[in-house]
Amino acid sequence: MPAPVIDARNLVKAYTSKGKPDFLAVDGLSFEVAPGESFGLLGPNGAGKSTTMKMIGAVSTRTRGDLTILGLDPDQYGPEIRSRLGVVPQQDNLDGELNARENLFIYGRYFGLPAKVCHEKADELLGFAQLEDKAKAKVDQLSGGMKRRLTIARGLINDPRILLLDEPTTGLDPQARHVLWDRLFRLKERGTTLVLTTHYMDEAEQLCDRLIVVDKGRIMAEGTPASLIRQHSTREVLEVRFGSDRNQEVAGLLHGIGDRVEVLPDRILIYADDGEAALERITRQGLEPLTSLVRRSSLEDVFLRLTGRTLIE
Amino acid sequence: MSDDASAARGPVEPPTPRHEGARTATVVPPSLDQLRAEAMEWGRKPRRRGTLYVTEHMVRAMRAYGWTIIINALGQPILYLLGLAVGLAALIQAPIDDRGQEVPYLVFVAPALLMTAAIAVASEEFTYPVMSGFKWRRYFYGFNASPIASPQIAGGVIGGAAARMGVTEVIYYLFIWIFFAALYPSQTNPATAWLMIPIGMLAGLSFGIPLMAYAASIEDDKGQFALVQRFIFMPMFLFSGTFYPLTNLPLWLQWIGWISPLWHASELGRAVTYGDLSSPLVWINVLYLLALIVGGYLVARRVFTNRLAK
Repeated sequence: MPAPVIDARNLVKAYTSKGKPDFLAVDGLSFEVAPGESFGLLGPNGAGKSTTMKMIGAVSTRTRGDLTILGLDPDQYGPEIRSRLGVVPQQDNLDGELNARENLFIYGRYFGLPAKVCHEKADELLGFAQLEDKAKAKVDQLSGGMKRRLTIARGLINDPRILLLDEPTTGLDPQARHVLWDRLFRLKERGTTLVLTTHYMDEAEQLCDRLIVVDKGRIMAEGTPASLIRQHSTREVLEVRFGSDRNQEVAGLLHGIGDRVEVLPDRILIYADDGEAALERITRQGLEPLTSLVRRSSLEDVFLRLTGRTLIE
Repeated sequence: MSDDASAARGPVEPPTPRHEGARTATVVPPSLDQLRAEAMEWGRKPRRRGTLYVTEHMVRAMRAYGWTIIINALGQPILYLLGLAVGLAALIQAPIDDRGQEVPYLVFVAPALLMTAAIAVASEEFTYPVMSGFKWRRYFYGFNASPIASPQIAGGVIGGAAARMGVTEVIYYLFIWIFFAALYPSQTNPATAWLMIPIGMLAGLSFGIPLMAYAASIEDDKGQFALVQRFIFMPMFLFSGTFYPLTNLPLWLQWIGWISPLWHASELGRAVTYGDLSSPLVWINVLYLLALIVGGYLVARRVFTNRLAK
């Protein structure tokens, strides 16, 4: 593996508030990200993903541990590191009083780019974000998906070496998400390193070469999406519903079917390498589920296995 | 960006899922040493000029309410000067006795009005845009994700506000100059009176920068700025010797003037308009205003840095 562009060792972020013990938002994370890799942080809300992203973004200062980005320590070289990063924060922070094009232009100025270059880049990125016809529209008038695309475009104004995306598609409709994924995939093809947080499994599977599963500021597991699924789940999952008041009762009768049974409020998950066979055994017992579905295991199942919780609760 | 194969698939179709071993990197990534050197090079200009970049942004954003700024800057001097010159000054026939020097009422009050205008701009530009940057629109976080450092953001807010103050004061001074030239050419000193403009800048910044430090520390808007307007700005306007010499007030109220940047700035404005520039009091006025600016900036810088680094 070539020298990592992000190298974190025992990274800790503690928040102190009077009269309370320190809250460790990030509690000893260690990971490396190789150049050109797309790396994901997966976890529920409050897991410490955004805090980690802010530390990688050379904005939030770490409490303890070692961190280098592009071979530089963010405590001393914040501006230098940030000059080569693109950042897409969880909450859009565009300037609503400027129009879409101005937001891109002025952001380019922050990197010391000459006005002429900023104008060219602004036009190019409006095309990238499919917002050419909204160039003169005030940001406040854009839809959520358009703002998100504009924020991502803004993050690319300096042709960053590393693009940090914090929950890039939260709040977007499916079509807008797919447009975004397509755009990110193209960046990856150009060699941009991507680091993203998400609590969407499909997104992590689509975009990440490798990811860490984070919960309560700690790493629960690390690997490629496929290897994580292989390690922590079965090949297939059978989902059956017996009605919310009967699920718990029926689950007691399912022992021995599949490797593992999880009861969720609305359905029962049966982990088995052959889902159809498991379903057959259930019906042979005389149990008639209201609905049944056999699917492949996903990262959602990995997460459920590792933390006992679903990602979106 | 659109001439590759994926364009043919249509924009809404997702890229095919890829699992291990299927990395598509077609570009040879540069070495870490190259990346580090590149970052050091890119960081150079923003480190030097970041404050200017933020100033540029703040001024651009003001165009959204540009008309308000211009109408305010033009309307205020016209209304105040006319009102006072034609109205109140007609009532106050006797000249004002300013430490033994007799001056017409309008000459006495005009420098203080210009200082007040600068402080009024400060009380807008150092409050709502700061709250907006941290909380409502959060654009300071956007600046901070770029190479711009937190102190440069504070500096850029000051730069933007100073630019607006400058416009306001130049316009105000032009009106004052017309009134003085028409009504009191012999009692005012145009050779130094224009210094009201930089003094007005000192006035606005000495009030505004400490206010910015306070605004940056506010987590939740509970109407604090309205309180500042009512219980700091208004009393300061009324009790800083704006409309009459401070010494007319009983001693137990005069302290408001002594701590008020408006009083110190008005004293300086009067000194350059008709007074005595050799008095050591002039230096006390200047030093007091500078102390507020420097002290306020040091606190503001710390508040900005801590809040953005959370």
